Amino acid sequence: MSVEARPQQQPQQPTAIADAADPVACSCGYQHAPAEHRHARLPASPEPALVSARGLRLVRDGRVILDGVDLDIGRGEIVTLIGPNGAGKTSLVRLLLGLDKPQAGTVTHGPDARFAYVPQRFHVDRAMPLTVERFLTLGQPDVASRVGVVLDEVGAARVRGSQLARLSGGELQRVVMARALLRDPTLLVLDEPLRGVDTAGEAELYRLIQQMRERHGLGVLLVSHDLHVVMASSDRVICVNHHVCCSGVPEAVANHPDYVRLFGPEAARTLAIYRHHHDHAHDLSGGLAVPVAGAGEPAP
Amino acid sequence: MTLLEPFLLRALAAGLLLALVAAPLGCVVVWQRMAYFGEAVAQASLIGVALSLAFGINLTFAVAVVAVVVAGLILLLGRQTVAPMDAILGLTHHGAFAIGIIATALLKGPSVDFAGYLFGDIFAVGTADLAWLAGGGCLVLLAIWRLWPALLRVSLNEELAAAEGVDVERTRAAFTLALAIAIAVAMKIVGILLVIAFLVVPAVAARPFAATPERMVGLAAAVAAIGVVGGLGLSLRIDVPGGPAIVLVMAAVAAASLAFASRRAV
Repeated sequence: MSVEARPQQQPQQPTAIADAADPVACSCGYQHAPAEHRHARLPASPEPALVSARGLRLVRDGRVILDGVDLDIGRGEIVTLIGPNGAGKTSLVRLLLGLDKPQAGTVTHGPDARFAYVPQRFHVDRAMPLTVERFLTLGQPDVASRVGVVLDEVGAARVRGSQLARLSGGELQRVVMARALLRDPTLLVLDEPLRGVDTAGEAELYRLIQQMRERHGLGVLLVSHDLHVVMASSDRVICVNHHVCCSGVPEAVANHPDYVRLFGPEAARTLAIYRHHHDHAHDLSGGLAVPVAGAGEPAP
Repeated sequence: MTLLEPFLLRALAAGLLLALVAAPLGCVVVWQRMAYFGEAVAQASLIGVALSLAFGINLTFAVAVVAVVVAGLILLLGRQTVAPMDAILGLTHHGAFAIGIIATALLKGPSVDFAGYLFGDIFAVGTADLAWLAGGGCLVLLAIWRLWPALLRVSLNEELAAAEGVDVERTRAAFTLALAIAIAVAMKIVGILLVIAFLVVPAVAARPFAATPERMVGLAAAVAAIGVVGGLGLSLRIDVPGGPAIVLVMAAVAAASLAFASRRAV
């Protein structure tokens, strides 16, 4: 990553969760009551988390990419990791998946943790001739009998015999997702999945992710820099900027001063409007999102 | 002179064997954009030539060792983040070539036949060379066959392959080793300067007509075989060096193939 470090407050002390209700100086540089500020330390459910991280620290080329990150993702949860470009989101995902090693801290995988990863940029070189069907079974020949069903599920049955390099951005997205699903994951990790996908495709992908969870009970970890759409579908949003700034249900995060500081008030409003339009689907908050009482609690 | 002259049969056998071995390697080189990497490694072979002449070591062995060392050096230098890969390759490519020329010039004794090493001499291939080629070729083909699914996955998307548990570093190291061996055994036939052409040109020619990776390999082998037969014929008819004649025929086929592909794309 070559993004310059933003001139901003470096994480000071790790937040000591005081029992006093007085505002405390937090690692995100803001002062607020401890109760408002959750560092996603507790698992959302009593069962063991699929993946847990404690005290992650990552330094690359002398720059602190991540520091003091604690995180838990439970079974069947849709979690969005949100943060500006260069905030260390992809680095965090790579640590969670065990692809890189942190300088400090631990990552624990639950007993039934099976990850499938859809990387941020999936560029297919024209030089490589490969059909969609072959791509889906590459290195996993035993899934051949399920290829048709899964392609149908992601709405890409048409392109089964097509060359991978000739697919549109949206088609390629679905095909890569189909490969991930064929691996029977318990956690599907999507890094910036809406890159190169238009607005219609966005809503479609959002619906698809919901459907995947309902049908297969899999958890989803989404990485995004401004995905209000997918964010609204999340059980939990974790805002990352080299450390965990804040986390909670989407509305709580959207109204959190850190989120507003990072993304501007516009982003918070967009989320509110979007949620208003689409809330009939699962009716969590009825109307325009307003600061919810008990904001910051993880969704059930 | 008949077509069954032993030197001609040996040249034909060597060329066809090399065509078969080079095809899968060449396709992976094209997919992974390693043509210039291969070029740099191949041209460092001259250092191996010098070492072989100076210490009386087997030429193929010396070249293979130098190729592996240079490949490792390139991968190591590529880890820094201030200079791009093509600049690193430019550096090692010319640096190694310069060392090779100086080293051979410093050798005492009869002057070294540069042209022979640079362009190869397929008509001078002896029975021992053929044995080396067959042995090394079988080793390379076996390694590629074992690595094939991992190679395809790494070529397609390194990040995805790593996330799915493919050992990317090991796959790449094994492939580089196979490439070094192939360069070493092929060098005598087509020469240091044209070795990579033998790998890359047939793969390029095959691409427009291939729908699967394996078909691309098969077609590449066929194009290389056409190049060998046509090039040897050309060489005998108008008395030009064999290696360049082979590469010329392959390049003509590749140019025609790409021209067809660009017409089809309109």
